[in-house]
Amino acid sequence: MSLITTLARLEAVTTGRARPTATVRHRHLSERPLVFVPLTTAGEAGAPLGALVGTDRDAPRLLVVPQPRDRELRFAFLAELADVVLPYLDSYADVVEAAERSETDPETGRRVKVEVELCADAPQLIVPSRAGVDFVRLLGRSMRFRRTAEQDPETPYPAPPRVPLLGRWLTHYGERSRVPGSSLLAAMTELLGRHWATGQSSLEDQHLGAQLAWIAPPPGETGAEAALRAELARDAAGQLLCPPAGPATDPAFDNKLLAPAIERYDRARTALAAAEDGLQADDRLGALTAAEREIRELVRSRTLPTWDKVWEGLDLLRALPEGAHVEERWTRDRWSFTGHRDRVVAGEPPQPRRDDAVTAANKLAGREREQARLEAQEALDDPLVMAGRRLAGEAFAGEVVDVVMAYSESKRPSPRPLVTVRTDDRPHLGERAKVFRSLGGKPQAAEFVGRDGEEEDGLLVLRIVDKMGRGKEPEAGSVPEKGDRLCFTLFEHEQRGGAKLPDPEDTPWTHGGPPGEQVPEVPDSVTQEDVL
Amino acid sequence: MTTEAAFDPGTAATRATDAILRDTLHGSARGVVVDSPPGAGKSTLVVRAALELAEAGRPLMVVAQTNAQVDDLVVRLAVKNPELPVGRLHSSDADPYDKVLDELPNVRKSAKAAELGGLPVVISTAAKWAHVKVDEPWRHAIVDEAYQMRSDGLLAVAGLFERALFVGDPGQLDPFSIVGGEQWAGLSYDPSASAVSTLLAHNPELPQHRLPVSWRLPASAAPLVSDAFYPYTPFRSGTGHGDRRLSFAVPADGSGTDRVIDEAAESGWGLLELPARHTPRTDPEAVRAVATVVRRLLDRGGAATSELSPDPTPLTADRVAVGTAHRDQAAAVRAALAELGVPDVTVDTANRLQGMEFDVTVILHPLSGRPDATAFHLETGRLCVLASRHRHACVVVCRAGVGDLLDAYPSTEPVQLGTLVKFPDGWEANHAVLAHLAEHRVAWRP
Repeated sequence: MSLITTLARLEAVTTGRARPTATVRHRHLSERPLVFVPLTTAGEAGAPLGALVGTDRDAPRLLVVPQPRDRELRFAFLAELADVVLPYLDSYADVVEAAERSETDPETGRRVKVEVELCADAPQLIVPSRAGVDFVRLLGRSMRFRRTAEQDPETPYPAPPRVPLLGRWLTHYGERSRVPGSSLLAAMTELLGRHWATGQSSLEDQHLGAQLAWIAPPPGETGAEAALRAELARDAAGQLLCPPAGPATDPAFDNKLLAPAIERYDRARTALAAAEDGLQADDRLGALTAAEREIRELVRSRTLPTWDKVWEGLDLLRALPEGAHVEERWTRDRWSFTGHRDRVVAGEPPQPRRDDAVTAANKLAGREREQARLEAQEALDDPLVMAGRRLAGEAFAGEVVDVVMAYSESKRPSPRPLVTVRTDDRPHLGERAKVFRSLGGKPQAAEFVGRDGEEEDGLLVLRIVDKMGRGKEPEAGSVPEKGDRLCFTLFEHEQRGGAKLPDPEDTPWTHGGPPGEQVPEVPDSVTQEDVL
Repeated sequence: MTTEAAFDPGTAATRATDAILRDTLHGSARGVVVDSPPGAGKSTLVVRAALELAEAGRPLMVVAQTNAQVDDLVVRLAVKNPELPVGRLHSSDADPYDKVLDELPNVRKSAKAAELGGLPVVISTAAKWAHVKVDEPWRHAIVDEAYQMRSDGLLAVAGLFERALFVGDPGQLDPFSIVGGEQWAGLSYDPSASAVSTLLAHNPELPQHRLPVSWRLPASAAPLVSDAFYPYTPFRSGTGHGDRRLSFAVPADGSGTDRVIDEAAESGWGLLELPARHTPRTDPEAVRAVATVVRRLLDRGGAATSELSPDPTPLTADRVAVGTAHRDQAAAVRAALAELGVPDVTVDTANRLQGMEFDVTVILHPLSGRPDATAFHLETGRLCVLASRHRHACVVVCRAGVGDLLDAYPSTEPVQLGTLVKFPDGWEANHAVLAHLAEHRVAWRP
């Protein structure tokens, strides 16, 4: 945790209200996000209990699995989910704009520009918490290798049509959410945590209710009191007033309400199966429907408060103006969405269970680049974030007090003006350290020459080394002038592309050699737990 | 006693080196792995192997991890064999290499690999090599500091050579990534794991060697470092207890700092223990204590006697280093030293001190003053690097109560299936070092 975040948290404790840690919004928010509030069954990994899902705040769609251990019911749930999610995704797939991408020409081996389609916007999935993101990934993993009866008539338990496709999309979204700064799939607690510091630990911040209680406490109450109430307060029946954001449910709910309801449902189902005539069956069907409705109401009662809180969170975030670089990062999300759309259309197989060596290395390198880019861009977009970097000695701001023209000692001397900046910051400047400032959106580099006077004077002498044009005299406006207020960073503003890794079929001997032809992966084998 | 008498460090080290060179030059395996404890002559081995490969007429590329390491290797090669043409492949940034190289007539420097073609030895960093494309791979490569290289770094350069000698210290800091790589944990080619673990997972039959003697660590330090950090691959010191001495012209003034210096000079270790307290990372009192110890070390006219020369050499600023866990701590110590008027003392983090050697080190304990013990602060390699940079003595500055802190924070990192569990874990190693330091404790209230 950085020093400025620690300070913000301490301030939050003393004032009883969360402190902003950003002045702009650093993540993209869609006009029409799809909010997904899933619940899972305790003790059954990957067995969904139900969900609220939809793009309309006032009309969420409730999906419920009355007996989460029943494969047929689970498939029905997933098919319903696909019916909500896939049309939403599709609605973005066809609106495209023309874009250029450089590709390697297979014949000449040269990099050439190719005209391609880029989706004009991309669908955005919002879940309440980090655990929700993991659950999306898990759902994707459990679905994408399933076979439908159409794909494989022999398959013993065919999945409903479109369920494997939903699995591929959820997998893609889950994987994309691992890229720093990406917004295709976002967790509300993470979004809020990026923009506000509460007076509780980051672990406690994963409780959406408690986190919101700090950010917007009810009138007359401090954040700490409201958060404690959100976390612990129970009604007369012993149920939490503010259910956890899921997907895990509260044990008191599981034991006192859900388990008996599911048992009643099971009994009704067994009774229906044992009905001896039509009249009896009608009666018992009525009982079964009633039992199912009861479970639906239970699931609704636990997801609706979270659903509302996610939208409250969106309101809070929308009130912030968007950061300058957010659009650029969202464009990369759009590329990611378009790329997967194309892979699906081209009939490529689902994402493999494990990445091969080259893919894994490429993904890691890409994410490291994105992380560095994100940190730089957030600081450049937001003075409050930059203040944190300044406090950490990674940047400094100050006034130009002197500019002396100087030239490089080469055959064609280029301008190398010496700029003296007075700053109250204490940057960790090493000998000849490189620093950067933003000049018309592009970084201009300078070199730390030394201090003028004592350290307390805060006079830093810098030599500007680029972005002054080709001539002997620097271009107008490219050299700071006396009186300018400038902010220099010790970190680079833009990331260099990494080295190109070998193609997977050229994986070297140190990494096990080429992975071989990709074979279609079989679905997970059926275990006893699957057929309870 | 007979085994002790029969163990001559020089002979044992020579035997190990000979076996390594035999496998490298005449073996059939595509790779040879050498584990080297701190100061066991790793660089000497790399230089020797490079010279012998060059002599045998095999074109060689050398991969090191940092520019400083590359420049150091080039200089060492030039010292050993000034006639040998060496290529230094460098980046196209400003000041890409140490200016010292300009004075070496047979060292050719270029940012383009093609301009260095045909030279017997070409040296560069892994990052630079990753951008090189060749039609014909090099017949041989030496990968230095291979345990500090990431698996994806090796993936990028492994296509450049046919076979390679991998040399490194398994006990030092593992490579790290600024983003999480848990999704690949357990895969043999986990890109954030070390290059050697990937290499051995795919090629378990490769010959593995170990250098058995640390020439840097004194007899007082080798057993502790070996037991705490290398319990299954022990090594010993190349020198005996009487071989090295540290003495001071100015007697102690009775202060805690002077007492801890005397204790360290006498026994090789000193623990300056400040009163227990939770502090920010740049604990002003501890930082000041570190700076004061350094100041007194230099003021008291230290002299180091060792097997290298018959006469004592004065303990100057360039022979002393300060090690910390974080960069802001290093910056704070630098500022404190500047205030006390002490220039030219190396102050850096464990990461950057890797591979360096000094007569005396002063370290700020990674857990000093902390309310919690995170995986970062418990990392075995961090403490190992900090505790194994010295030839004579090491002074540790620490708040009291680290033992209790360790007991309150046992290792709770999730165990990933398929990964090699590293022994010892940081918790255990920290306790081992702390138990030993307790015998050399000087309590001090600043």
